[in-house]
Amino acid sequence: MTVYAAPGTTGAIAEYRSRYDHWIGGEYVAPASGQYFENPSPVTGATFTEVARGNAEDIERALDAAHQAAPAWGRTSVTERALILNRIADRMEANLEKIAVAETWENGKPVRETLAADIPLAIDHFRYFAGCIRAQEGSISEIDNDTVAYHFHEPLGVVGQIIPWNFPILMAVWKIAPALAAGNAIVLKPAEQTPASILFLMDIIGDLLPPGVLNIVNGFGVEAGKPLASSPRIRKIAFTGETTTGRLIMQYASQNIIPVTLELGGKSPNIFFEDIAQTNDDFYDKTLEGFTMFALNQGEVCTCPSRALIQASIYDQFIGDALARTEAVKQGNPLDTETMIGAQASNDQLEKILSYIEIGKDEGAKVLTGGTRADLGGDLSGGYYVTPTVFEGNNGMRIFQEEIFGPVLSVTTFDDFDDAMKIANDTLYGLGAGVWSRDGGVAYRAGRTIQAGRVWTNTYHQYPAAAAFGGYKGSGVGRENHKMMLDHYQQTKNLLVSYAPTKLGFF
Amino acid sequence: MAPERVAVTPAAAELLVKLRGMHGDLMFHQSGGCCDGSSPMCYPIGDFITSEADVHLGDLQITDDFTVPVWISRTQYAVWAHTHLTIDVVPGRGAGFSVEAPEGVRFLIRSRVFRPEEQAELDR
Repeated sequence: MTVYAAPGTTGAIAEYRSRYDHWIGGEYVAPASGQYFENPSPVTGATFTEVARGNAEDIERALDAAHQAAPAWGRTSVTERALILNRIADRMEANLEKIAVAETWENGKPVRETLAADIPLAIDHFRYFAGCIRAQEGSISEIDNDTVAYHFHEPLGVVGQIIPWNFPILMAVWKIAPALAAGNAIVLKPAEQTPASILFLMDIIGDLLPPGVLNIVNGFGVEAGKPLASSPRIRKIAFTGETTTGRLIMQYASQNIIPVTLELGGKSPNIFFEDIAQTNDDFYDKTLEGFTMFALNQGEVCTCPSRALIQASIYDQFIGDALARTEAVKQGNPLDTETMIGAQASNDQLEKILSYIEIGKDEGAKVLTGGTRADLGGDLSGGYYVTPTVFEGNNGMRIFQEEIFGPVLSVTTFDDFDDAMKIANDTLYGLGAGVWSRDGGVAYRAGRTIQAGRVWTNTYHQYPAAAAFGGYKGSGVGRENHKMMLDHYQQTKNLLVSYAPTKLGFF
Repeated sequence: MAPERVAVTPAAAELLVKLRGMHGDLMFHQSGGCCDGSSPMCYPIGDFITSEADVHLGDLQITDDFTVPVWISRTQYAVWAHTHLTIDVVPGRGAGFSVEAPEGVRFLIRSRVFRPEEQAELDR
């Protein structure tokens, strides 16, 4: 086991600057207003750096830099662009441990997750899109003997991206890598809760990109996010977050007639069919891990498997084993590699989770385990910790219908396949789902019946590049994490060419 | 008279008065989904377009000449209708475009299930 020293203390392998400006045109630029905001670590609740408070003027400055850089970047050969993405990946890999510790300090998630998942996945994402863009081909339609339609991919130009706080680096990279591969310049706004880790990363990789190709402006949504999302100077906006802001961003986009991709969350069902409990073997053990996945990243995942649907015939046995697995989750200092669940990302997030625990009780749901804020003592007392919580109730309850975005699981039972599908699809959202069965036929039919963009089958919470990720229903528009993402960042240019020696004959 | 569906705490009302001075008249739209989902988003009137896709939960009477309408999407209302909502405020830092975020605070929904007699009134 290792406990990493906190940034700012003796022996720390990751050190934040005491202040961060905006990253515009390949350098740090002070905010137009001269103002900064404090950035606390959720691990202790104490401020560790301050960050530029951007406004419309800063966004314009970043857009200027992006527009200046975009034409040349868009003309750069795919060989060169892929090479740069691979260099970014290599540089990140050489600094993996440091980046992981920095992200944990800002977000509160356990370092074993940033070391093993967030940062390795981000590195691989750059490599994946380096490969995709090299392999991408246009197409030709042969209209007739003398007429040919050529289809070329062209970048959109300058795009806007607004990033969530739950995976500050990975979610940024999910958007940055395809946009850069496709030849676009970016103005990116990180979340208010996690503005610094992406700049920590830029200190490591910033020199590898031409100035102005990737610009980062921090600030509050109303002051910096809105001028970016509503700007007539972007050709696309991508957003991950919640539904009301998603709608507002679509409204702004409609005024500028630009495309939008949105990832707006879910209330993912995790379905356990009775055959899983036939034998107490490795597969059964795997299903118990699958159940406990609601605690990954403190439940702050858009696809958190926050509704467990368990077949009634195995309920007593399975829930007993599953609660024991849940209670074995080790909560502690996120910088300790033994820690399995860390801190919620912000104080208001903590308050929201606690308010949902209250409404769950008020609705008559039964707390099977957890249900309280955790005080971990010492410096960690000021941090934002919640004990993994499991409720038993029914799908009509608010805790079954709203994404709590915390380590809170709502459990109910089903009688048969049709009942399971009915409950699973009785939700406004359709981002993720889990299906657990030893019977491939049952698992396949369930996967095809559930209205969700990603159905994990006998696994959960894996996010490899090349597996498309995105939502049905209220969960959003578009896909990420797949080569089809290039289409979200490219125009189609058609050249319709006549090689005929004679005229068409109309005039 | 039907029971109210939405209320506001004194602290949140006080903040709304301050925000009105900065942004003009205001409205709430209750969010759902990821990240800052479930937060009531506060916008200058006119910024967020409501439509037949939304339900008007009520108007918060903040002062004699200041009311703040509260909206929620129709689909979300269908699963929230059995609960009374109170808009409160807590220290924190929300994402999204809600106008209170720069003040270092976040509007927060507190909920309770309607009592049987209230629900009966609402169902009439």
